[in-house]
Amino acid sequence: MPAALDILSILLILANLCLLGSSRLATCIRAVALQAVILGAAALIANRGELDARVIVIAVASTLIKAGALPWLLRRAIRESGAVREVEPFIGFTASLLWGVGLLGACLLIGARLSPHAAQGSGLLLTVALFTTATGLMVIVSRRKAVTQVLGYLAMENGIYAFGMAFAIQEPLLVEMGVLLDVFVAVFVMGIAINNISREFDHIDTDRLTALKD
Amino acid sequence: MLWLLLLIPTAAGFAAMGLRNPAALRRTLLPAAAAAHTALTAMCWAVRPEPVLNGWLGLDELSLLVLSITSGLFLAAAIYATGYLRREPPRKTDFQDGGLFTDAPEARFVACLLLFLATMTLVTLSRHLGLLWVGVEATTLASAPLIYFHRHHRSLEATWKYLLICSVGIALALQGNFFLAVAAKGSREVHLTVEHLQAHAGQLDPVWLKAAFLFLLVGYGTKMGLAPMHTWLPDAHSEAPSVVSALLSGALLNCAFLGILRVHALMGAAGLGEFSGQLLTGFGLLSMAVAAVFIIEQADYKRLLAYSSVEHMGILALGAGVGGLAGMGAMLHMVNHSLAKGMLFLLAGNILAVYRTKTALQVRGLLQTLPVTGPLWVAGFLAIAGSPPFGLFVSELVILKGALQQGQTAVAIGYLLLLGVAFAAMARIVLRMAYGSPAGIAVDPERSRGAWAVVPPMALGAAVLALGLCLPEWLQSALTEAAAAAGVR
Repeated sequence: MPAALDILSILLILANLCLLGSSRLATCIRAVALQAVILGAAALIANRGELDARVIVIAVASTLIKAGALPWLLRRAIRESGAVREVEPFIGFTASLLWGVGLLGACLLIGARLSPHAAQGSGLLLTVALFTTATGLMVIVSRRKAVTQVLGYLAMENGIYAFGMAFAIQEPLLVEMGVLLDVFVAVFVMGIAINNISREFDHIDTDRLTALKD
Repeated sequence: MLWLLLLIPTAAGFAAMGLRNPAALRRTLLPAAAAAHTALTAMCWAVRPEPVLNGWLGLDELSLLVLSITSGLFLAAAIYATGYLRREPPRKTDFQDGGLFTDAPEARFVACLLLFLATMTLVTLSRHLGLLWVGVEATTLASAPLIYFHRHHRSLEATWKYLLICSVGIALALQGNFFLAVAAKGSREVHLTVEHLQAHAGQLDPVWLKAAFLFLLVGYGTKMGLAPMHTWLPDAHSEAPSVVSALLSGALLNCAFLGILRVHALMGAAGLGEFSGQLLTGFGLLSMAVAAVFIIEQADYKRLLAYSSVEHMGILALGAGVGGLAGMGAMLHMVNHSLAKGMLFLLAGNILAVYRTKTALQVRGLLQTLPVTGPLWVAGFLAIAGSPPFGLFVSELVILKGALQQGQTAVAIGYLLLLGVAFAAMARIVLRMAYGSPAGIAVDPERSRGAWAVVPPMALGAAVLALGLCLPEWLQSALTEAAAAAGVR
């Protein structure tokens, strides 16, 4: 079923473009949650040959955490801070989309060179994994709101996870779970920090955090 | 034994979280757990414990060295923190903008300190690079609440920058780990354990391996504070309570360095040591240069110390990159820097408590007002700047000698020049604080915290002095073996 994997990859591209082009924070959270669901499904499909307990546990746990618990934490953070949408990002939404298309092109070029190394039938997934990581990085540097930056970080993590899948890298269960736990705690701690920022400053615009400098 | 090293601080951390009252018990728990950890670490020097968990947790010479530094410094910091927590009033006025602020709950602070120790221990013990990554990211998460102990807007800003910059940096290191796994794909099964990778280094795909090294260097380099990824470091170090700054600078940065050294050793085994060595040297020189620029005209003495850490991390990277004798020098320098910087940050905490300002220009006459902290501050400065008879003089000299032996004259000249600039710039600021008359500032002797506040930095200072006076045979061979384990031969 490489076709199914390709379809999931295309859905992942759309989720990335949605993340880049949307100003509503709730939509962005949904896009990142969608990424996690797609990746969970892709993990099951890519390993359908040897569907052992390890694969299932990792896929289910990461979907539950990244598409369930983390979006819930972030929604709570935006509710408490009252931020609804990203306002005036450093790179506008249309420009972000254009950048996104450019990045996708670049990732296609890189992916084409790397795909001989990738696992069977995962060529497109590899490209999309790189694109997802790049999207995450771009969201982190081009947005003002703290919540959006956390979403960028999550998108980056999703991209790296997808990269591992494209190369069929099987890390031991303990390590996978450790990584997942770290991501969960990271977003948890960031969520608390965001709540504190909104209480202390009445906004969550990170570009206005400029008291510390040389 | 290795399990105990991890379990003691973890269990104590959770216990401290649960022990809301009484405070006295919690304050005994912190130094007690630290002392137990240090005692166990000392036992590891006598009897090397067997690896556990399929060989994923183990101690080699390098990790034992980093673990010992971490554990020893943590003990000093724990004793200091006990005195600090006793005297810290619950509500305080922000001396920079006059606002009122409170501290985070003390139980959480103590718990995070202990968990911070546990995560750093995990980093040192990890023989599996995936587990190492998990540990490094966990150190960020355990230490972020520590930076936000004083609940005011500046520390919050520093915490946010620390969390985000380090998490993104470490995410890049995760990508690097995956590159490493791809590089190892040729040899069927992927085992990211140090031993396995070393044994099969020849079969690794060199292109993927180089990419992996780059990503891991940038990722862990962010955490280590190598320029230009160091931007979180001065903010976090200046806004955190001084005892936390001491741990960040003296223990955490070394742990990140350990992550880089693991891959550097692998590069060496795969015959790509020159590539990684040159990169390390380059980043090292750049860090020294950037730090020197920011040390000149630095108004805030805690930021000054933070930039000095960037400088010394640059020296470590340079030493490891040059290799040979300089590699052993870098190991010695790591020990010396942690002792001296830990001492200076703890003293900075004492100065801050009395003068209630972080502006160096407003601190005058330290030698008069603080008869113990003042002289120690000057001694600490002399130590960190690398003057004899302190240990940093020896290690900086060894690195210089190593660079000359390897024929890297240009590197040696740049290194000397940057050391000189940093020395002069620091001297101007620090010595000015020590001399002069303290007039104009309401000095409040009640604020001095007695023996708790001066014995730990004094002990650290004595250790760095002792290392400068004589380097025992056993330590010398341990350092050489650590350098060999780090692949810098």
